[in-house]
Amino acid sequence: MTGLSFDVAHLLAGGLVLMSFTLLYQDRLSALINVYAVHALVLSMAVAWQAFVQQAPHLYVTAVIALAFKALIIPVSLHRIIRRLGIHREIETMVGVGPTMLAGIGLVALSMVVMLRVTEDADRLAREDLAFALSVVLLGLLMMVTRRNALSLIIGFMSLENGLVLAAAGAKGMPLVVEISVAFSVLIAFIVIGVFLFRIRERFETIDVAALDRFREARE
Amino acid sequence: MGVIRDLSVQGLQMMLVLALAPLLTGWVRRLKARLLRRRGPPLLQPYRDLWRLMRKEVVLAHNASWLFRVAPYLIFAATWVAAALIPTFATGLLFSWSADLIAITALLGSARFFLALAGMDVGTSFGGIGSSREVMIASLAEPAMIMIVFSLALLAHSTQLSTVAGFMLSSNVGLRVTLAMALVALLMVAVAENGRIPIDNPATHLELTMVHEAMVLEYSGRHLAVLELASFLKLLLYISLIACVFVPWGLAPVGSGLAAAGIGLVAYLGKLVVAGAMLAIFETSMAKMRVFRAPQYLGAALMLGLLGALLLFVSRGGLR
Repeated sequence: MTGLSFDVAHLLAGGLVLMSFTLLYQDRLSALINVYAVHALVLSMAVAWQAFVQQAPHLYVTAVIALAFKALIIPVSLHRIIRRLGIHREIETMVGVGPTMLAGIGLVALSMVVMLRVTEDADRLAREDLAFALSVVLLGLLMMVTRRNALSLIIGFMSLENGLVLAAAGAKGMPLVVEISVAFSVLIAFIVIGVFLFRIRERFETIDVAALDRFREARE
Repeated sequence: MGVIRDLSVQGLQMMLVLALAPLLTGWVRRLKARLLRRRGPPLLQPYRDLWRLMRKEVVLAHNASWLFRVAPYLIFAATWVAAALIPTFATGLLFSWSADLIAITALLGSARFFLALAGMDVGTSFGGIGSSREVMIASLAEPAMIMIVFSLALLAHSTQLSTVAGFMLSSNVGLRVTLAMALVALLMVAVAENGRIPIDNPATHLELTMVHEAMVLEYSGRHLAVLELASFLKLLLYISLIACVFVPWGLAPVGSGLAAAGIGLVAYLGKLVVAGAMLAIFETSMAKMRVFRAPQYLGAALMLGLLGALLLFVSRGGLR
């Protein structure tokens, strides 16, 4: 492992964490989708670099899948969904950028403390990748917790999944079959979520998940 | 002999920053005007303004205390000392053993403290609102600055700028995401600290959103000239700081000859011209933010600084 290839891997994985923070920072839905596309783009670059470093050609396929599905197809269809729902100009109310950011920084610190301690004698590149992947996953979870709009929840879920792919690419030798099946299951999940979005919208005339809570309280 | 040479290098840098600061501001103003298709003032206009203000009579408010009269000199002295601590064309400054990045931050912080006090001293509403806004910006910009300093210090194992610049010139820097984040965060802090456009507009007076101009509104004559010079110096200081840490090419190393110093000087002037041009382009292409958006902007800078410091721990040799 030469210094430069480690540095590039570090740069790309760190860029992924930064994009997760940018996702947390956005409060406009269409900007959120665009940032998610960049998130997936950075992921596919990171995976491609891993393929180059590890000389594992099947990871190139993973990178291409990430690029095609997550950076192109999903963002384009999300844009179409919000346009059809008529919420493409909406600004989401959320917990507040400052506390969310601080919580995110805390999660990144936590994942680094945990990962660096647990994987003491692992390969340096895998170690670093796992720490970053765990923080991307935690940031995705944080986003799902702090947002109220169902569409933001989807994006949080997708970015979480990007973190999983990063971890899998760093831990040498994830079989291609698993990767392809994961990619397709995400796509299916996306379609199901899209259907659900329209159903929620039909019933409650909003996709704010707080409406679901109010509905449940009313029934109890 | 060595001491004399060091002393002369240090003295030369002090004089150089003082002489160049108004020119830099003039360059930025001129370029901004040209970008807006106006003719703009001549490059030397800031010198003329300073000279004119120097000869004018000082008008003081009746209830101005001694602090009001002393503050401009304190602010100017602190800013000048801070600017003198940053290597411009040669490293190995005489005072760098005693003063580092933390001292520079502290000097700037005390200058700001006195400026905020002076803004409130006379008791006009504009001064008070300017001071409160300045302190609001400072309360977020200073932690961001400190985080950047920490990241750099962890990387270079020193907070002294000469050592940091030497480290950045050496080959074991590599490609680091921390440095990119620190650079972006430092740029954001520099823009906010100098009251440039997304935060404050330096070209206006008597506007409800002004920050720096509101605090110096009560000053006149030589006091105003000194304060203006201090704010020119601050802009130069931040540009030199960024140039010294992130683009240190051309800096003359310790104990080098005249030729290296000459190259360093030319490189420094080039960096100033480029940085001024970039600032002018940035300012003409941005709209000013609402004052209440400023905490979000600076929060992003703080977040970048924190994240950069964190990422350092997983990067190659970050802890060693």
